[in-house]
Amino acid sequence: MLEQTDNTILRDAASDDVAVLALDRITKTFPGVKALSEVSLQLYPGKVTALIGENGAGKSTVVKTMTGIYQPDGGAILVGGKVTKFPVPQAASDHGVTAIHQETVLFDELSVAENIFLGHAPRGAFGLIDLKKMAERAREILNGIGANIDPEHKLKDLGIANKHLVAVARALSIDARVVIMDEPTAALSHKEIEELYELVETLKAQGKAILFISHKFDEIFRIADNYTVFRDGQLIGDGAIADVSEPDLVKMMVGRDVSQIFPTRDSSPGDTILRVEGYSHPTEFEDIGFFLRKGEILGFYGLVGAGRSELMQALFGITRPSGGTVEIDGAPVQIKSPADAVDSGIVYVPEDRGKQGAILDLPIFQNVTLPSLGRISSKGFLKLAEEFKLAREYTERLDLRAASLDTHVGNLSGGNQQKVVIAKWLATKPKVIILDEPTKGVDIGSKAAVHEFMAELAAQGLAVIMVSSEIPEVLGMSDRVIVMREGRMVAELANGDLQPETLVRHAAGI
Amino acid sequence: MSTTDRFVPDRLQSPLEQRLKSWETLLLLVAIGIFVANSFASPYFLNAWNLSDATFNFTEKAMIAFAMALLIISGEIDLSVASIIALASTAMGAAVQMGVGMPGLVLIGLGVGLLCGAFNGLLVTRMGLPSIVVTIGTMSLFRGISFIVLGDQAFRGYPQSFSWFGQGYVWWVISFEFVLFAIIALIYAILLHKTNFGRAVYAIGNNATGAMFSGIRVQRVKFTLFLLTGLMSGVAAICLTARLGSTRPSIATGWELEIVTMVVLGGVSILGGSGTIIGVVIAAFVMGLVTFGLGLLNVPGIVMSIVIGALLIGVIALPRLWSMWRAR
Repeated sequence: MLEQTDNTILRDAASDDVAVLALDRITKTFPGVKALSEVSLQLYPGKVTALIGENGAGKSTVVKTMTGIYQPDGGAILVGGKVTKFPVPQAASDHGVTAIHQETVLFDELSVAENIFLGHAPRGAFGLIDLKKMAERAREILNGIGANIDPEHKLKDLGIANKHLVAVARALSIDARVVIMDEPTAALSHKEIEELYELVETLKAQGKAILFISHKFDEIFRIADNYTVFRDGQLIGDGAIADVSEPDLVKMMVGRDVSQIFPTRDSSPGDTILRVEGYSHPTEFEDIGFFLRKGEILGFYGLVGAGRSELMQALFGITRPSGGTVEIDGAPVQIKSPADAVDSGIVYVPEDRGKQGAILDLPIFQNVTLPSLGRISSKGFLKLAEEFKLAREYTERLDLRAASLDTHVGNLSGGNQQKVVIAKWLATKPKVIILDEPTKGVDIGSKAAVHEFMAELAAQGLAVIMVSSEIPEVLGMSDRVIVMREGRMVAELANGDLQPETLVRHAAGI
Repeated sequence: MSTTDRFVPDRLQSPLEQRLKSWETLLLLVAIGIFVANSFASPYFLNAWNLSDATFNFTEKAMIAFAMALLIISGEIDLSVASIIALASTAMGAAVQMGVGMPGLVLIGLGVGLLCGAFNGLLVTRMGLPSIVVTIGTMSLFRGISFIVLGDQAFRGYPQSFSWFGQGYVWWVISFEFVLFAIIALIYAILLHKTNFGRAVYAIGNNATGAMFSGIRVQRVKFTLFLLTGLMSGVAAICLTARLGSTRPSIATGWELEIVTMVVLGGVSILGGSGTIIGVVIAAFVMGLVTFGLGLLNVPGIVMSIVIGALLIGVIALPRLWSMWRAR
């Protein structure tokens, strides 16, 4: 069906100048957020283009637009110079565009060959799947990328690196011309990363255009030919990697003037309230030790997967640590469940609002009072009037915008949902509040409100821990910053005149 | 930050308004419709004693259905309830043979129910097994024990004072069972709608992870719900055994599905998270009235189960059809 188009691409791909896939001034808006604002991006055959940007810069949105999951509100997608639309994901893969995602979408219970050919398996008699041919072709493709994997094996028996290779093989099985790799090395060991680099070289040699999304500058300089930098949904710069230096890229990525948009804080921390020592987890983090004072905001910075959220979830009793001590107000505490943590005065605003932070199908007031039911009831019986009073008190403090307090939280915007979650915890009168990526998926207006409120909480003497991957937020809000890398604390920095470059260097280990 | 020039009201609709538009109102209309239809269909229907007899069609099942409603709202299920009845009844029957009196029998009935509920609850909350699988297993296990003990025999000889629980009348046509049903309904309505525990049940059913992240002790609540369901099965076992006056291992066969049907018909979401006790009460009456009305018309049992099935699907599909029709 697509013979015609295919030929066009091939012809254009032969000349080096025409991008095999290009985005031309693409705009994508979500309710309350402009995720992409007139961004352009070109991918050339046999070239690796690195896409660089902070979390929330619009990288994932651009990938979803290129693979037909999202439809752009404005701008055009060009395949081999021709304006094309990807109304459904299938259309993108018909044009040879394929993505290997961060959490690769594969099926554990199916065989390697079935995973590679799911949806386009070779057919035999009566339209049944030709298992023999499928295994043969799977083996061919796997050999082609130097992967020594038996196609008959079930996927769940493979390690993470081999699963990645299966994902790559799947991409190649549809005759991909454009391969998008979204942080492919995030979960890989050093040796596996080297193997992945070799694979990228192989794909380059085969003339594939590769979009390589990464936070790690060393690998960008190692394998990329071109770069494109996004910030806040806008294109900041692009060009040949040979023409830029690492500091240039960091500057483009971080960019804006930090001090302007954040509330000015007069920080004079009080007594130490939380002390963590030798805190370890079997797999996620090791030997963490820090203290936190009243009225202080302690930032935790690191790359995705550095173990920050896992550390916080252990402090909140979701997972069990393997060792170490936690003291509150000088007294050791045993936290075995979130209920224990709340009783000890530690509360946690998780990154995943929809699943963990709020109960979307319950009304606002019930969400706010859920951890404080004991305070609005006598002998276990709820008092509705007091419940509304408590909910009103804390939602008003946060300037919540909603039609009514019995509106379901799921109907609110991201920013207002976040306010409900914070209100819920403030109502418990905590000592320590942990905010995990507090402004992720929150629109600009509410972002400022959340920041302002954090500053106010600290001013009132609450101890705040803020996990954030947004450098301006870390620099703009924290008194001190702890940087984590691969489950360990690698730096503890006082935030006087901390430079973005310093954070990035510690986090990436360069 | 407290610039409160905008006022967020507590509610947009009054609770009464919400109630009028609810599932329970629809179900109540269905119940009234069936009542009226029955009174036209059979001259024997509008008779106080006949109506009183009709309540025995649902009182025992409904007692379990209230606890089951909480369990299903929390996102779990217990399919072993009818087998718990069999095991509890068998234990009471065996105790009678050993000369245990009325108070002892009641304690044994309740105790076996609690133990079975605790067993289900431990398997689900401690070992993290899915409740539907666990209770399908214990469904066979509990009744299997009854069959081993009794074979094709039956236990009889329950004392007169014990029989009162199933055959006694408190006042005129009002049976003990009906009064017990009403009291239990009230207790569960208060538990679910007016207490911290009930709020936790809804939160868990809507989003167990979110509830856990909000400091709710999810496993403890779920374990309690399994205990309550076991306990109510024990209560039902006492009433049913007393009413029948004998124990066979096949006692209450198939009740688990009738009870789940009652709960779902009452508007409890099978996916968890929503439902009310008043809905289950009305559903109990609907099912009792249909069974009894058809019985008066000499409709065979097979046809009755067809009618109940059709009623369930019809009542569940009606709101969906309505909204699909309006969306066109």
